[in-house]
Amino acid sequence: MSLRRVPMRSIATCAVVLLASLAVASLAFAQSAHLEAAKKEGKVVWYTSLALPSAEKVAKLFEAAYPGIKVEVHRTGSQRILQRVMQELQANIKNVDVVHTSDAGHFVLLKDKKLLAKYTPAGVDGFPAGFKDKDGYYYGLRATVNAIAYNTKALSAAEAPKTWKDLLDPKWKGKLVTAHPGYSGVISTHVLALVHLHGWDYFKQLAQNKLMLVQSAVDPAGVVASGERLVAVNGGDYTFYQTKKKGNPVEIVYPKEGVPLVVSPSAITSFAPHPSAARLFTDFTFTRELQQVMADSEGLYTGHPEVKYPADKPKLSELKLLTAEPEELEKRNEEIRKRFVEFFGA
Amino acid sequence: MKRSASASWSSSGRSRAVIPARLQGVDRSLPVWLAAALALLFLMALPLGWLAWVSVSSEGGPTLTHYRRVLADPALQKALWNTLVLAFWVGLASLAVGAPLAWLTARTDVPGKALIRGLVMASFVTPPFLGAFAWVMLAGPNAGALNKLWRSLTGAEEALVNIFSMPGLVFVVTIYTFPYVYIMLANTLALIASDLEEAAAVLGAGRLSVALTVTLPLVLPALVSGFILAVLQAIALFGSPAILALPAGFHTITTQIWSFFHFPPKTEMAAAFSIPLLLATALLLLVQKKLLGRRGYAAVGGKGGQRRTIPLGAWRYPALLACLAVMACAIFLPYGILAKAAFSRAWAQPLTWDNLTLANFSFTFFEYSATQAAILNTLELGVMTACVGAALVTLLAYITQRRLVLGHQVVAFLALAPVVIPGVVLAVALFLAYTRPPLVLYGTLWILFVAYLTKEMPVGYAQSDATFRSIPAELEDAGRILGAGRLRILREITAPLAKSGIIAAWCFIFIGVIRELSASIILFTPSTKVMSVVLFDLKEEGQFGAIAVLGLVMLALTFATVTLVQAVLGRDVLGARE
Repeated sequence: MSLRRVPMRSIATCAVVLLASLAVASLAFAQSAHLEAAKKEGKVVWYTSLALPSAEKVAKLFEAAYPGIKVEVHRTGSQRILQRVMQELQANIKNVDVVHTSDAGHFVLLKDKKLLAKYTPAGVDGFPAGFKDKDGYYYGLRATVNAIAYNTKALSAAEAPKTWKDLLDPKWKGKLVTAHPGYSGVISTHVLALVHLHGWDYFKQLAQNKLMLVQSAVDPAGVVASGERLVAVNGGDYTFYQTKKKGNPVEIVYPKEGVPLVVSPSAITSFAPHPSAARLFTDFTFTRELQQVMADSEGLYTGHPEVKYPADKPKLSELKLLTAEPEELEKRNEEIRKRFVEFFGA
Repeated sequence: MKRSASASWSSSGRSRAVIPARLQGVDRSLPVWLAAALALLFLMALPLGWLAWVSVSSEGGPTLTHYRRVLADPALQKALWNTLVLAFWVGLASLAVGAPLAWLTARTDVPGKALIRGLVMASFVTPPFLGAFAWVMLAGPNAGALNKLWRSLTGAEEALVNIFSMPGLVFVVTIYTFPYVYIMLANTLALIASDLEEAAAVLGAGRLSVALTVTLPLVLPALVSGFILAVLQAIALFGSPAILALPAGFHTITTQIWSFFHFPPKTEMAAAFSIPLLLATALLLLVQKKLLGRRGYAAVGGKGGQRRTIPLGAWRYPALLACLAVMACAIFLPYGILAKAAFSRAWAQPLTWDNLTLANFSFTFFEYSATQAAILNTLELGVMTACVGAALVTLLAYITQRRLVLGHQVVAFLALAPVVIPGVVLAVALFLAYTRPPLVLYGTLWILFVAYLTKEMPVGYAQSDATFRSIPAELEDAGRILGAGRLRILREITAPLAKSGIIAAWCFIFIGVIRELSASIILFTPSTKVMSVVLFDLKEEGQFGAIAVLGLVMLALTFATVTLVQAVLGRDVLGARE
């Protein structure tokens, strides 16, 4: 083959292809180096407030995708996670790689204390602004809204409360259950959003109905399904959705006044003992595939624009969303818990 | 210097005969005292010192602000009051349940005594928080199985019982606390001869006046002592109030101290709130000791005298039924509902084919990654604490029983002293002491080990003390007269006789460790979780199926250990002899 017979254009094309493949190769090389480093670290420690079965599922999916890297799941409530992280640091223990809670205020605090590493997971460019930290330290891994749920064996749709204010009716005395902002980030966000909407007086009045107090925002779903209380006054709608899908007599009400949106961020710690594995894991959790899993089997919302949602769940765009700013959550965290305990007793 | 001089002097055989016995004691006691002082320093002095210091320290120097704050806060006053109410009623209710049961099994011809004793023992070793959890499923006002049954039988709207209430809490704590009264009383009753009662009857006293004027005064110290033990238990409990009181919107001291650790932590408040609790328990034990110390009644002497069995006549079977009713509350119903929940998809639904599943087991063991690590941690800690603890208490008991060192009474006192420290308070103290240099134990299993060892020491010591008390020193003396050395005597006479007692001490410590929650809940880190902490985590998330499965594992471990004790001791754990 003579060089002269080859048109200039194909040479250019070849060059581009060559360059491109070089770039891809070097990227792949970088990635494989990254992967090697992660494999050498062998594990990633994940403190997460995602409901336990869901968290274990995410871990198993990651372990299947990256054999040789284990995920150590430590699941507890958002507030307990913050407590753990800070208590460990006080004793100079550096254990956690990736922190994921439902109280966005925690990430403001952790960032201020220089405990987070700056890292932008691949593929979050298309996420809405509410899912991204402007400084690039944390990103919303998932979202849920707080809703009301009731037991369909005990109440008809007509009898069920429709709005947050309906719950103040004395006829619900002894029939309601609430989760706790001192445990759950979903609930602390919920409380702040409703304080903006109806003021603290709302909770003061609600407490007159003698609510059963549980801790996790996952638990009200179980309490209502068992019939121990008829109505849950808060809780992540994904837990209600899952409970309902399992055939339990639970129905969800999205109050017209608006539903508190809870975006649960994820971040890598600045002191992560397994930083490469942490980045690999974080990237994995933000892939479209995994975000789709969260939407499908868990009933969560995500920031990923390409994720499709189950037909029997309302779209986020169809709901009136109440939001709480991370900075305000951080500032008022203690106040929220203090007043809640004051009204509800524990 | 003086001591080492005397030691080298005493080791020269020439002058041995003229050395007074007291000085011979000195050289032996030195290493023992050093070890004891060291152990005391790390197990108690350092942690409690930090506790006291933190409770009065501030940036501006020593202060009483924290005390003023905890005592003036209405919410904390309420927690304090709730604990008092709980403890008082648990004490009384434990008497009301434990005393008749003890009397029935010790003095009457009620049928099935061995069964009743076995069941009391089962209640004694059941982790109280598991019982509380089971009772949520039994007597939750709406979904609880008993309330559902009640409604379907009577058509009533209202619940029969609401377990999320102070009476509910008192009830659940009582059914796992009354064995303390039972043990105290059964042991005393077994020692009282019937002659005094018979003498009173011969002199014309009626049954009631015999009971009131003769029997009651004889057992009164045991009753009060049992009452105080029950009160102490109720004060120190963490799990049951966390499971039953928090949902109802009230705190006790222990749950309040625990919540001081929530972020942002207020450890100085936790410390300031711990000290009154510590003083209260110390005071109660002091009272108990005074009462028992006064028990100079010749009649409760042991040997001699006959114990006449009181015929119940027509009341035999009703009495048995009453006993079984108590045990249904403590054992049959809770264990039953736990087993049901372990095998059901939805615990509140009937156990039909549709509802039957093994998913809880596969989730707990294979999907939930914390389970295996927690079981391993628990077993590791259990075996390690039991081995070290059993060796330690055996040594201490041998030393004190044979009076091998000067001041052996002090050793005995120190070995029993941790009994006044509630688990939560111990944990706060250890946390304060060992999260800072030079010794950072927090984050390792060691801090849990230290906590468990301290907490279980009194129980193990009491068991070992009883063991050596029952081995007469004459046997050892006989061996010595026949020319055997001290070590040979230990190996061939003492050790074989003490073996079963040592194994029992091992088992008691082991059982204590695997069920420990109140200290663990403050001292764990995510990488050092134990079973009880995992159970509590699951409880906070409402994962009933997994709790039931893990709870059954814990019970199986406990009862396997109990069976072992019974096999080696040849009697049941409560010490009753046939």
